[in-house]
Amino acid sequence: MNPAASPAQVTRVRIAFSKLEAMRFTGNLDLHRTWERLLRRAGLPLAYSQGFRPHPRIHLASALALGCTSSGELIDVWLERPIEPDKIVAALRSAIPPGLRVEEAWPVELRGPALPTLVVACDYLVELPAQQDGAGLEAHLDELLAAPSLPRERRGKPYDLRPLIEDLQLDRTEPAAPRLRMRLAAREAATGRPEEVLHALGLDPSRAHIHRTRVILREAEPAG
Amino acid sequence: MTPEEIQRLLEPILPTVEKPGRYTGGELNQVVKDWEAVPTRVALAFPDLYDLGMSNLGLAVLYDILNQQPDLLAERVFSPWSDMEAAMRAAALPLYSLETRHPIADFDLLGISLPYETLYTNTLNLLDLAGIPLHSVARGRSDPLVIAGGHATYNPEPLADFIDAFVIGEGEEVILEIVRCLQAWKASGEPRPALLRSLARIWGVYVPSLYRVQYEPDGTVAGVGLLSPEAALPVTKRIVPRLPPPPTRLIVPYIDVAHNRVPIEIMRGCTRGCRFCHAGMITRPVRERSVDQIVDALEQALAQTGYEEVALLSLSSSDYDEILDLVRAVSRRFAGRHLSIALPSLRIESFSVELMDLLQGEAHRGGFTLAPEAATERMREIINKPVSTAQLLETAREIYSRGWHTIKLYFMIGHPSETLEDVQAIADLCQQVLSVGRAVMGKRASVHAGVSTFVPKPHTPFQWVPCDSVEQIEAKQALLKRRLRGPGLKLSWNNPEETMLEAWLSRGDRRLGEVVYQAWKRGARFDAWQEHFRYQAWMEAFAAAGIDPAFYTHRPRLIDETFPWDHISPGVRKEFLTQDYRWSLQGRTRVDCRNRCFACGILPRFADLRRDHPGPGWECPEVRSPARALAEAIPLEPA
Repeated sequence: MNPAASPAQVTRVRIAFSKLEAMRFTGNLDLHRTWERLLRRAGLPLAYSQGFRPHPRIHLASALALGCTSSGELIDVWLERPIEPDKIVAALRSAIPPGLRVEEAWPVELRGPALPTLVVACDYLVELPAQQDGAGLEAHLDELLAAPSLPRERRGKPYDLRPLIEDLQLDRTEPAAPRLRMRLAAREAATGRPEEVLHALGLDPSRAHIHRTRVILREAEPAG
Repeated sequence: MTPEEIQRLLEPILPTVEKPGRYTGGELNQVVKDWEAVPTRVALAFPDLYDLGMSNLGLAVLYDILNQQPDLLAERVFSPWSDMEAAMRAAALPLYSLETRHPIADFDLLGISLPYETLYTNTLNLLDLAGIPLHSVARGRSDPLVIAGGHATYNPEPLADFIDAFVIGEGEEVILEIVRCLQAWKASGEPRPALLRSLARIWGVYVPSLYRVQYEPDGTVAGVGLLSPEAALPVTKRIVPRLPPPPTRLIVPYIDVAHNRVPIEIMRGCTRGCRFCHAGMITRPVRERSVDQIVDALEQALAQTGYEEVALLSLSSSDYDEILDLVRAVSRRFAGRHLSIALPSLRIESFSVELMDLLQGEAHRGGFTLAPEAATERMREIINKPVSTAQLLETAREIYSRGWHTIKLYFMIGHPSETLEDVQAIADLCQQVLSVGRAVMGKRASVHAGVSTFVPKPHTPFQWVPCDSVEQIEAKQALLKRRLRGPGLKLSWNNPEETMLEAWLSRGDRRLGEVVYQAWKRGARFDAWQEHFRYQAWMEAFAAAGIDPAFYTHRPRLIDETFPWDHISPGVRKEFLTQDYRWSLQGRTRVDCRNRCFACGILPRFADLRRDHPGPGWECPEVRSPARALAEAIPLEPA
């Protein structure tokens, strides 16, 4: 880190967290507010933006669709002074709401690119209803992957879903409860949505449980 | 149905409804107890959306008190929006609690918060979705006891058929007495009527089925007969002698709700005596919390919630005894914490601007709200809110020069004495305020006029007064819409038909129960929501019940009429209200009653209580009393 770049001792910390069942239906804006309140309760010295209406400097990596849980979320938080990651994690855990779990924290480059711009793809694990016919689904899946394009429409705008699917597999380790694993692109203006993939497979997303396992960033992060 | 079955039915529904976060619970600071290990279970309901109910302080207070008892649990339930209601009915999913997903019908007690009248159809809908018989007489031993409280229940009669027992007044102490009474009855094995009779013995509890109302041939009330020796006449409201510490372990919703903030009630009651103000009459006497108690509560609540906003609530903040000390203490303690502090209900004077200046420090300054209510001296005297136009303009100048650019002015139209000239004066006054703003800060200055329509409320000096007709209201609103347009001006108003509904129900009698029921059957729900309000359903309901709505709104009432709520006493005597009504007709005003007692009746009624709890906090002046003898003659609880 470049100390000259931070007049106070402002530091930037990246935190990995899970979004649990209790917060499945909390949207991105409300998740942001929940984090602000969590950081205040934890007593961490949040850095605020300058200007007429200062707001706490925090950045969520990538919006998660309503109804999904996740064990791979990321958030960047700016603090007024350096604090050991272990202490940050402990402080957050002491004030955590039932819908969140803090996994890990580490310092990142203060002047590095904004977290959302680093995101390139996301991994999802989808639990399907138990009565799902695994063999039929497998055939469907092959068909979908073999297609050169998958024209779809979202909010009145046509787009091609196929190039957004980087990987898609059926996990039948538990035959009674088939699961889908997928990696979908998550770049600016090129974001694959898991419920769209389910629709394309003829599945009803409201009967499935979508869980994000990882948000993938574009480069290895420097170690503090 | 078990919680697991409810969860299974709920899963596929949630992704299909708007804002599913309303129906899932699981927030920070919710209290989840072991259902099997707790003998008595209470469901607390606010019959409107989660978004509103979670901002209701009364519910938070009761939730806290009940859950502090080891042998009790309290869980929450709110009204599902129409999409959720349809999905629940289609899936035969009963109304459930947010904390543990138990059916509401499995609770021992259902407590419903009724701060305003437009929640009545939602109350019936809530009972129906829960599978609890709508009518009190149809409930048996295994059904929950259904109680209701809140400001609307000072006239409980329109819901008398549906609620087993009403709490008249403040709930902090009486809620536990009711639960203990319920527990004793459960242990006794006696039939349900025995429970209702023993509840009637508690100070502040009204059991409507123990009273029979007789009517005159003209439809007015002839009198009220007692059907049981336990029933009190009148039922005197419950109050706490001293405000207990406020709740600080507040539930923090994940989703955005009406108010995302720490609410602290700094004072209860008001000594100003505005004649239209229901709250001002029914919440007497004034009791204050100490500065230390407030600051400590804020500190604790902020640590437990992480909120970025706090509100110091009361009916008239400027009248809080040590308001300057409070504001100094709060701004000193919380400086530099990026906290926004609201102090609503300030008097129209420069001092209020100084207070807000101190509180808001360097923070962004948006709007500043004042409530002159009327724009002519004549109307101000009639409603007993004497503020001079000169003082208002001076205050406005002060507000704009300290950097606020919007002034929101609350007015009220619709009093029968009001002329179109009085309404015109509202428009003129807004223009004058805007001119003041323009002179100070140029084009950035703006005025927002919020013009509501007067609804005569029970237990106020205006309980005798007829309402304006819809046509009269529309004419007054049309005038305002014509005159209050252009840059820097904004006007908002109420739909006159919604005002009518509020007016029918506010001064309704028991016969309105059938109308509420018929309206609910015709699909009336969420009557306070413009997109849901169905005037036609209500008109049909009146027709089906054979009742003329104008009887409740436009009829002039004789000064000696017996009102449907006369057997409910807020402590303020009807003789006082009669005199104050007469004074209003003469344009006579009263000063702040902290300075001079006008003998409204509160002091003699609660003299014993005050004597037993001496000390500061109770703001009535000390009056040497023949009052003592009177209070001893009227016990608070029936013998």
